This record gives sequence, structure tokens and C-alpha cells, in this order.
Amino acid sequence: MRLPCPICGERDVREFTYKGHAVALDRPAPNAGDAAWEDYVHLRENPAGETRELWYHGGGCGAWIVVRRNTVTHEVLGAELASEVAE
Amino acid sequence: MAKLIAKSPGAGLLPVRVGSLSLTEEAHDAITCVAPFQGQEKPVSAALKDAIGAALPGVGRVTGKAGARVAWLGLGQVLVLGPPVAPPGAAVTDQSDGWACLTLEGPGSRAVLARLTPLDLRENLFKRGHAARSLLGHMTCLFLRTGVERYEMLVFRSMAATAVHELTHAMQSVAAQRSGA
Ligand SMILES: [Zn+2]
Repeated sequence: MRLPCPICGERDVREFTYKGHAVALDRPAPNAGDAAWEDYVHLRENPAGETRELWYHGGGCGAWIVVRRNTVTHEVLGAELASEVAE
Repeated sequence: MAKLIAKSPGAGLLPVRVGSLSLTEEAHDAITCVAPFQGQEKPVSAALKDAIGAALPGVGRVTGKAGARVAWLGLGQVLVLGPPVAPPGAAVTDQSDGWACLTLEGPGSRAVLARLTPLDLRENLFKRGHAARSLLGHMTCLFLRTGVERYEMLVFRSMAATAVHELTHAMQSVAAQRSGA
């Protein structure tokens, strides 16, 4: 599997570390309440199809990226810098 | 007073020669990491150009000439391989003693690296003057292509012996294959 780093180009998956769903970028407000925080910290979808995930290019440029991927076809659809997504 | 003797990262390990392949150590006056603050790329580039004649390189590139080069190191960071520098508008750290700088040279050097890194080293993709961060075995490594069959690799100093071991092993393997032994 290869991931398209927006900085380095297409690179082998060995260079990356997986973090989890990109929901981590949508942090609730401190006063959002228990339900929102429980959802954010513990609850995850298990999508059959397209999903967005955070990967770290530690064996490369050092960027955090958001990868769009299809869990059914294993197709990698694209990637963006997490710093730009979070803005 | 005690007199301290400087020891290079490759002392006692290098040079290594296998057939027509060689692995040697590269000495730099200083290795300085420069990370421009947000929006300061232009003044930092001008300051570097003034100081050592090499501007800030783009992603995956190296500027300057032997003895005063600037190599892209990663997101928002470059390494200055040459005289010590301290451009304003950037986070600057002296990493001279932090890196082991190895040069692999000779026919088949690309085949040697292909055994150790997932980087696409094909002629039309990784050219002279290019820099790339990737893995050398399990180590993170900065690769510089500095000739047709010449590559420089910078790994963390603490990994020097492992890097030399892995590269020597791959050099022997490629040399044996080429001689039909
Ligand atoms: Zn990258």
C-alpha cells in the first residue's frame, strides 16, 4: 500500500504511522457536555466504504496527513495536510 | 586540564570498500538545522544566500555547492551543511555532533540502497541535487543524490554502527551478485 503525501509524493506505507479516524481533528468545545466528549473520545464508526484517517509521515517529512480511503476496495482516494484541514 | 579528543561518528567503522563500491564518511564544518518562523522564508533565504551563497531549497532539493550546501530536511526545516549560520527569523540549532554522514559511491550503489529503502530511486525521479527523507532499514534517513552513482546519507549519530553494518551487508550482497559468485 502506498499513500500520497502532499509534501513527498507517493510513498510506501512503511514510512507512515496510523493514528485513527480524522474525527480527532474535530475536538468538541470544553463545555460541550459529557455526551459530546464521550462520543469524541470513545465512539467510532466502522464504515464499509469511504473513510478519513490520520496518518503520520514519521519516516518522511514529518507531516500529519488526512487520507481518504475506501475500506472495501482498498482504494486510496487522496490526502491533505492535517494542518490545512484543521484550519 | 583534561584534553578532549574529538571522535567522528564513523571512527573505527569507515571507510568500507567492497569491490568497486565504497562507503566513506563525510566531514562538514558544521551541521545547522534552520526552521524559518511562519512567513519568514524569504528573509531567511536571503540571509542564508548572504552568509554562504546558498538560498533556502524547495521541497526535496539541495542548494549551494560542496562545502556550503542547504538541504531540505522535512516540513519547514532545512540542514545547512557548511559554515555555522544563525539567520534571524528562524529556529536555529547546532546539530553538528548529531548526525553521521555517509557517502556511498560506485557502480551498483543504487542497487545497494534499493535493498534498504522504500524510496523510489529511479533515474528520472531521484536526480542529482535531490534530497528525500525516508527509511534506511528501520532508521529515518536523509538521502542526498550528489552524483550519477553517488549518494550521501545522514542518519542519527547513535545509529552510525547499525547504518554501516546494514550498508556493508547490502554492498557485499550486490557485489557478490554482480561477480556471479
Ligand atoms: Zn511526507
